[in-house]
Amino acid sequence: MSTERELTLDDVLQYAGQEATRPLAERLGPPPGAQYPSEIRGGCGSGSCGCGGADERGPEPAPATRDTEPAGHTILDRKLDRRGALGAMFGALAAGSQALSACSPASLASSEEREAKLLEWGEYFKGNFRLMSDEEKADSIRRLERLSRIRTGAEVNIHTTEASPGVVYGYAFNISKCQGYRNCVDACVQENNLDRDAGTQYIRIFEMEKGSSMDDLDHGDPTFQHEVPAEGHFYIGTQCFQCANPPCVEVCPVGATWQEPDGITVVDYDWCIGCRYCMAACPYWARRFNWAEPEVPAEELNPNQHYLGNRARKAGVVEKCTFCIQRSRAGRLPACAEACPTGARVFGNILDPDSEIRWVIENKQVFRLKEDLHTEPRFWYFMD
Amino acid sequence: MHLKPFLTTALDSATSGDRRYHLWMGGLTLVMLLGGYAYFIQLHEGLAVTGMTDHVSWGLYISNFAFLVGVAAAAMMVVLPAYVFEDVDFGRAVLMAEGVAVAALIMCLAFVVVDLGNPFASWHLIPVIGYLNWPRSLLAWDVIVLNGYLALNLAIPFYLLYSHYAGRTPEKGKYVPFIYISVFWAVSIHLVTAFLFAGLPARPFWHNALLGPRFLASAFAAGPAIMILVLWVIRSQTEYSIKDAAFAKLAMIVTVAAQINLIMLASEIFTEFYFFTHHAVSAQYLFFGLDGHNALVPWIWTAIILNVGATVVLTIHPLRRNPKWLIPACFVLFVAIWIEKGMGMVVPGFIPSPLGEIVEYAPTWVELAVTAGIWAMGLFILTVLVRVALPIELGTVRSPHIAEADREGVGVEG
Repeated sequence: MSTERELTLDDVLQYAGQEATRPLAERLGPPPGAQYPSEIRGGCGSGSCGCGGADERGPEPAPATRDTEPAGHTILDRKLDRRGALGAMFGALAAGSQALSACSPASLASSEEREAKLLEWGEYFKGNFRLMSDEEKADSIRRLERLSRIRTGAEVNIHTTEASPGVVYGYAFNISKCQGYRNCVDACVQENNLDRDAGTQYIRIFEMEKGSSMDDLDHGDPTFQHEVPAEGHFYIGTQCFQCANPPCVEVCPVGATWQEPDGITVVDYDWCIGCRYCMAACPYWARRFNWAEPEVPAEELNPNQHYLGNRARKAGVVEKCTFCIQRSRAGRLPACAEACPTGARVFGNILDPDSEIRWVIENKQVFRLKEDLHTEPRFWYFMD
Repeated sequence: MHLKPFLTTALDSATSGDRRYHLWMGGLTLVMLLGGYAYFIQLHEGLAVTGMTDHVSWGLYISNFAFLVGVAAAAMMVVLPAYVFEDVDFGRAVLMAEGVAVAALIMCLAFVVVDLGNPFASWHLIPVIGYLNWPRSLLAWDVIVLNGYLALNLAIPFYLLYSHYAGRTPEKGKYVPFIYISVFWAVSIHLVTAFLFAGLPARPFWHNALLGPRFLASAFAAGPAIMILVLWVIRSQTEYSIKDAAFAKLAMIVTVAAQINLIMLASEIFTEFYFFTHHAVSAQYLFFGLDGHNALVPWIWTAIILNVGATVVLTIHPLRRNPKWLIPACFVLFVAIWIEKGMGMVVPGFIPSPLGEIVEYAPTWVELAVTAGIWAMGLFILTVLVRVALPIELGTVRSPHIAEADREGVGVEG
């Protein structure tokens, strides 16, 4: 018997019923002694239709749960939670139609395309990040990494590094130092894989006329296009202020955005339904929406990613600055702070009494934007 | 035992009619298809095909949603007197009011769904399999109250109609408690929707205590106004008679609500502009334009002129009592409040942005087509509901079991 075998309807049903808990080859469950193909091969991919008859099949796929359950169980008597069961049912439907279309001569879809579709189904039925078990998180990341490989050819590493105890991040912005170069903006776009097509930017630098009020930035110009620093002007940057009392989190109807223990407000891009209530609730205009499928050129993609940070977003969901969660939780500065040539940006752990950010807050005259709203931003402005 | 013939009869009533009826339904279907096509494009390309931006992140869809919640809530103004005070004048109008509420609610839900960036994820809203952020999110409240109100407005008329069809007298104990609930529920759908906006300190234009009451006042003007139009069409096109007294009472409700709405408008304008502060910049943009940006100025002044004009006509007794004045006045008022509560309430909340940037909004053809499609769907649903209810209420159709029993001269059991 050949070590390669055709994809059968049984396989996909089996697959769909298993909540995608293991890599594909493992999930199909190799019978003892048989070596497994590294990927599912399509019914028509090899020229003969695998769904045609039982005698054309390769070895019977063994259920992955064979060790613990008697053989012959189908998805119907498998123990699943509700969402898993839903996923299994719809997954089976989708997979079934996939398998059927694989039998039609017109279908030229590659086996990778089919695998990607199955992975996407697994992704579709996963839960809210905060309610997922460690195992579910690991599975999701495996699917996402594989999908990135199939869809864009990019090898990415997605982490779920958690907040460290005793850490709350804070940021300070030195208005006297900023010269409006906007290196921070470019670094942010690169680091966070922001949509190049739409020109999405988290950071906004306002050019203000000297003498104008900073209480509101109405008279500032965030779109200046000339040599900086311009005579008679100063510069002030905004981004997400990671409020301690964030109105955007309160309003989300599905709990797709929340504040992490280290003070960073994050978005679960796969749980967001795209209602944009959080965008209406933010007093600092810090949130961005993916109005279309975001585009990042493969050669510019940052492969070092965090699940709650700079990983690939899809059309129709909200995103925001996370103080570069993929960097800050690894002990590095956010890209904007690192890129600033003037030293206007100070970042650190506000609970650490020896940190620079603590020194600034304690020794400079600091202020925050719209303090009257009681949002308690963790982003302070100061002057030399 | 009457359910199957009931459904068959309903289908018959909804699909049979004269040429004009078929033309009307065919026209609506055409507009719905156009809307469906536009929505398909939007699903495929993303919300980028709308005029919305990161600056103005809600537009025509949410505007229509806010307005239609009011129309749905206003069914209460007919239901309350008819059932609670047993006002016989409203007796025959009440099922129509509930039909209007059902159509408006389905339109509301449709407008929310088309506004979602990721509608396929809307199952995340379902508790247990998803996660509903209740009670913290006002949008979660809105999901609950809108669906609850829809259920109430489907269940009560269904029970009444079905009883009539089966030749039974509806038992008060079975439906009156739900009517009391639906009366309070109607207020709640509207207040919750107002709070959804008013609860955002980021947007000073919405963040005021008058927003909720003004929502109610304008709803109780626009809702009964559309009721008058619907009842007038029914009375002139069918044999179903509706008493003049019902029109007179509805017109009185519209008039008082429209007057209160104008008082609140005046109060709002006074507070914003007597001593101009930073909080009034959105109002400045809406009413007078800001730094050369004035896309909404013609709209809001059109709305105010229509509003005042219609209210004056309604306030003068002889004019209000004359259908030649009443019907156009109701139509004009309806349009005025649609502008005022829709584009005039939702969009200026985003302009200028919280950081002071001015980016204007204009809907694209996709948004206009989807919006037209949803309105056509609402009218389609309303027409079907009225079409089904009328013959049963007129007594021209009855369960075949009753007809049989009548022939045999025996009583019918329930």
